[in-house]
This record gives sequence, C-alpha cells and structure tokens, in this order.
Amino acid sequence: MSNSDASVRAEALESLLIDKGLIEADQIDQTIALYNERVGPMNGARVVAKAWKNADYRKKLLEDGSKAIEEFGFVGGQIDKLVVIENTASVHNVVVCTLCSCYPWAVLGLPPRWYKDPAYRSRVVREPRKVLEEMGTVVPEDKLVRVWDSSAEIRYMILPELPPGWSDLSEADLAERVSRDSMIGVEILGAV
Amino acid sequence: MTTDQVTGFPLEGKLQPPMANGEVLFEEAWQSRVFAMTILLYQDGLFSWNEFQDELIEVIGRWDAVNDETRQYEYYDHFSEALNTLLNKKNIVASGELGKRTDEYASRPHGHDH
Repeated sequence: MSNSDASVRAEALESLLIDKGLIEADQIDQTIALYNERVGPMNGARVVAKAWKNADYRKKLLEDGSKAIEEFGFVGGQIDKLVVIENTASVHNVVVCTLCSCYPWAVLGLPPRWYKDPAYRSRVVREPRKVLEEMGTVVPEDKLVRVWDSSAEIRYMILPELPPGWSDLSEADLAERVSRDSMIGVEILGAV
Repeated sequence: MTTDQVTGFPLEGKLQPPMANGEVLFEEAWQSRVFAMTILLYQDGLFSWNEFQDELIEVIGRWDAVNDETRQYEYYDHFSEALNTLLNKKNIVASGELGKRTDEYASRPHGHDH
C-alpha cells in the first residue's frame, strides 16, 4: 500500500473511532508524544547501570524483571512480562521475535526497523554468530551464543557484561554508556 | 545539555529520547497514529494484546510465506492490516465502513488540509 493510501486509510479509521466515541484526537497526540519522548532505551540503560552497581538489585532483576523495574515508574509498554537475561563470561545472549516484533517496550521503547525485518527474524535463530558479525559484533569462539525468542507473554532484555575498566564509573555515567543494541544482544559494550 | 522536564534526568548521548541516534521512531506520521490508536483501544479494553498479537503474527506469517526475506518489508502496513482486521472481526469498525470512509477521504480535492 502506498504511503498516501495508507495515510488516507489511517485518517479514515481515526475519524470513525472518534465518531463512535472510542477515542479522542488529543489522546492520540499524547500517546505519540509519550513514545517519542519518554519510552525508550534510556530506561533500560538506567536499569542496567543500577544492576551493575548493586548486587542485590541485580539478583532481584534476574529473578523477576517486571517487579524489579517497578521502582523506576517507567511509563508505556506495561503489557508484558519482562525477563532479564545476563551475559556472562561463557554465554552471550541475543533476543529476537521470530513471528512479529515482540520487544520490551517498557525498557527499550519501540524496536528498530532491522529487528522487525524478516531477515533478522529468521537468520538470527539459524546463524546468530554470522548475523552478529555482520552487525559488527564478534563473539569470542569460546562463548556460547544463546538466542531468546520473545512472545506476547515474555519479553526479553539482555543485561550486558560490565566492561573491564568501567567498574569505577558512577551509576549515572554507566547509564550513559549502555546502548540499546547491547540490551538486545547485538552489540558488546567496551569492545575495541 | 538538555534536561527531561519531568524526571530531571540529563539527556545527553545515549540517554537522549528514543531515537536520537538518528533512527526514526516512525517513518511516516500515519504510522504513529495507527500505533497510538492501537495502544489506546487496547488500554480501553476493546481487545487483549494477545488478540492483536495473534492478528499481527497471522498477517506477517502470510507475507513471510510468499516473500523472500530480502524483499522490502513494510512493518506498519502489516500492523495496520492487523488492527483493521481485528476491528472488523470484533464489529468495532466494519471493513465496509472503513472502506467507505476511506473512499470519501480519498476523493477530497487536492490541497485539503489534513
């Protein structure tokens, strides 16, 4: 469907929903603003930084992700169960949704285009190392690569390994260094 | 350095709003509106997220079945098809009704202020 066709159809839908009293135009604007400004990977970065600095929080986060992030009061995306998977010295984890686009909105915002594309969805389960390499990430041979397939029920976020040399940074400084891609598992932080 | 007015949290570097790394959240305005409408209707309980997800998976599955993974993939086309299908199934917005309103809007004269 061309963009102008799709645009007219969307406008028609909006007007019908408004006519039926099911939504208001203001609400649509507010929701868009929310996802543009407040729902995004800066949230996940704060969670990761806290887990790096606080062993107790890390434990809670790995046990029950949804519960552990409650204290941050993130807005948007509270429609899923969040499970946080830690990268370790022996295992590198990466997340996908093979069937559509399931993604932990509450901590990462909306997924990037490549995450939703059929190429990533089918290839990362078949040949994860190769896909990661094409994205500029080389996982050491002695590490296992594990792929987690998200669903409507469970959304996964990766807790990256704390890079060597970063342990003296403050929590705020750490949060600034945690990338969205490292929380999906397609990037390794601090890699040279 | 800009500051998020609500949380007082600095927004430099990786902490800038969602797609400050140059990626766009929505390539077209209509996509953001379709997305927002879906969220709002779900929040109002008109359908469960699983119901929407199931439609989306079906639409995408049909596309995947006949297209090679290197073909141009327009996610929001699938997303809006899923929404419209679900709304029709649940008698919230019949597809006939949507088609009619769409045609009316499409035949507005050029330069109509959207």
